[in-house]
Amino acid sequence: MAEPIRWDWIERHTDDITRLTVEHVQITAISVVLAVAIAVPLGVLVRNRRLPFAAAAGVSDVLYTIPSLALFAALVPLIGIGDTPAIIGLVAYALTMLVRNTVVGLQAVPAAVREAATGMGLTPRQTLLRVELPLAIPAIMAGVRLATVSTVGIATIAVFVGGGGLGELIWTDGIQRQLFLTPILVGTVCATVLALALDALLVLAERLATPWTRVRAAR
Amino acid sequence: MTSSTGPGATVAAGVLELREVTKRYARAGRPAVDGLTLTVPAGKVCVLIGPSGCGKTTAMKMVNRLIEPTAGEILIDGTDVRRLPAAQLRRRIGYVIQQVGLLPHLTVAANVATVPRLLGWDRDRTGARVEELLALVGLPAEEYARRYPAELSGGQQQRVGLARALAADPPLMLMDEPFSAVDPITRERLQNDFLRLHRQVPKTVVFVSHDIDEAVKMADLVAVMRDGRLVQFAPPAELLAHPVDDFVADFVGADRALKGLGLTRLEEIPLLPAPAITSGTAADAVHARVAAGDLAPLEGALLVVDGDGRPLRWLHRDRLSGTVPAGPPTVEPVLDQVSTLRDALSALFEANAAYGVVVDGAGRCTGLVGVHEITGVLRGPGAEDRVLAESRDG
Repeated sequence: MAEPIRWDWIERHTDDITRLTVEHVQITAISVVLAVAIAVPLGVLVRNRRLPFAAAAGVSDVLYTIPSLALFAALVPLIGIGDTPAIIGLVAYALTMLVRNTVVGLQAVPAAVREAATGMGLTPRQTLLRVELPLAIPAIMAGVRLATVSTVGIATIAVFVGGGGLGELIWTDGIQRQLFLTPILVGTVCATVLALALDALLVLAERLATPWTRVRAAR
Repeated sequence: MTSSTGPGATVAAGVLELREVTKRYARAGRPAVDGLTLTVPAGKVCVLIGPSGCGKTTAMKMVNRLIEPTAGEILIDGTDVRRLPAAQLRRRIGYVIQQVGLLPHLTVAANVATVPRLLGWDRDRTGARVEELLALVGLPAEEYARRYPAELSGGQQQRVGLARALAADPPLMLMDEPFSAVDPITRERLQNDFLRLHRQVPKTVVFVSHDIDEAVKMADLVAVMRDGRLVQFAPPAELLAHPVDDFVADFVGADRALKGLGLTRLEEIPLLPAPAITSGTAADAVHARVAAGDLAPLEGALLVVDGDGRPLRWLHRDRLSGTVPAGPPTVEPVLDQVSTLRDALSALFEANAAYGVVVDGAGRCTGLVGVHEITGVLRGPGAEDRVLAESRDG
């Protein structure tokens, strides 16, 4: 393993690295956004119903236990290759964390707050949109952060089903073309930095969206 | 009389009528509320009271349809509450609950503005109303409007809850044990402030309580409930003087005479004049007034007040020289003039003081009260007649 890092390769491939990083961000963003778009309404629907909640949580748990490579491979005969099977697989993984956190966040809204909202004349929809969902933001965002970080990691496998992203550096350039260490390292470092950067961005977004969580308690 | 509506106050709307209202839950033996009929006149405070499970909270929640009755009808100013969609009805009824339920993600101002916003008021009107209400409940907007509920004490939170319920000026308010989650001192202050507020802006109030002393203090009419039924519906004086049966008598308690002190407020009895001296006055001038018989020290002591007449401290006249000192208020107890004699007596005992300083809503001294002034009401000539007369005209 004495192979030195080939800086000249990195220099010659800056454009590729940038393109693949952007692709990786796109795949991650699309997957997480889709997962949120599915998980939050699903969480809202099942939050007060024990059986549907158990069913939703069970299904997403089972999805989560399927090895990612196997899940991606299983999707190919159904959908073909490309970004689509990758994104479907990534959404499936992200759902677990998001559905659970949405439900936990909604259930944590104090009963008194809900009663006061209803008693003042908010309709159920207004209560959901103006009270319950805003109050569930911290819990939902915790799920979004987890989902994003793990999606950045798992998305490197998208390359096996013909998807793009940093997986191409690791697999196509690093292993298939036998360039070994340099592209693998670059891909890994980029993915790690990306995960940290997206997480930091989400923390910032959450802080801006939830000013009430940082006030000092009285006395 | 404990009427909390001032003599000049007139209330146009807010008559609440319950007619044979019943709530039956599936699988429950007896109805939670069983044929409840009562009328609360506009601007009056009706306290629903009874042991837990008596149906008082259920009865209250049927008024704003948080619970739908199984049978019977509820009318506000003659209109059935089912005529409007529930959410619209609730925007016209103030609602205050024990746990307050402020929306934690919204500022104090936004919380108070909840119902005006639902009603589509414009920003200027809403903003002005919020400022007015926060001032009314003693939380000036410039200091509190931008805070979040978590930054307030329990008592302050309930003040915001009260302001929020009053925001759209509803003729009717429902209050579910609003003051029972705070400490006794805060509770008494909130009760007094509510009574004062109620005089300024009379509302029809349905107030659920489990505390007979609170009921006697707050109510124009007390509805005692048991097992879903109305046992007695009467002004507090009549309830204390003539409980209809052993259940009510037990509930009211053996110390009915003492509770009677809860019927009279400090402002209704003759007070001792306070030997007040304003801080900053020359001591010579004070001594001259004492010598002239213009100022009568109480057991040698004088009461120092600030420029606005707010009490600061007791000072023995022998220790007075130079000018009357200022300093932080240390005098105890200071009693709100809307406090009941019962509250006042207990405050005197608690502070181990012979005299309490009575103040008005602005905190200005209006006189002194001692145990004699309070018990004098009980022993005074015709005390029994007075209670009976009150219960008749209640």
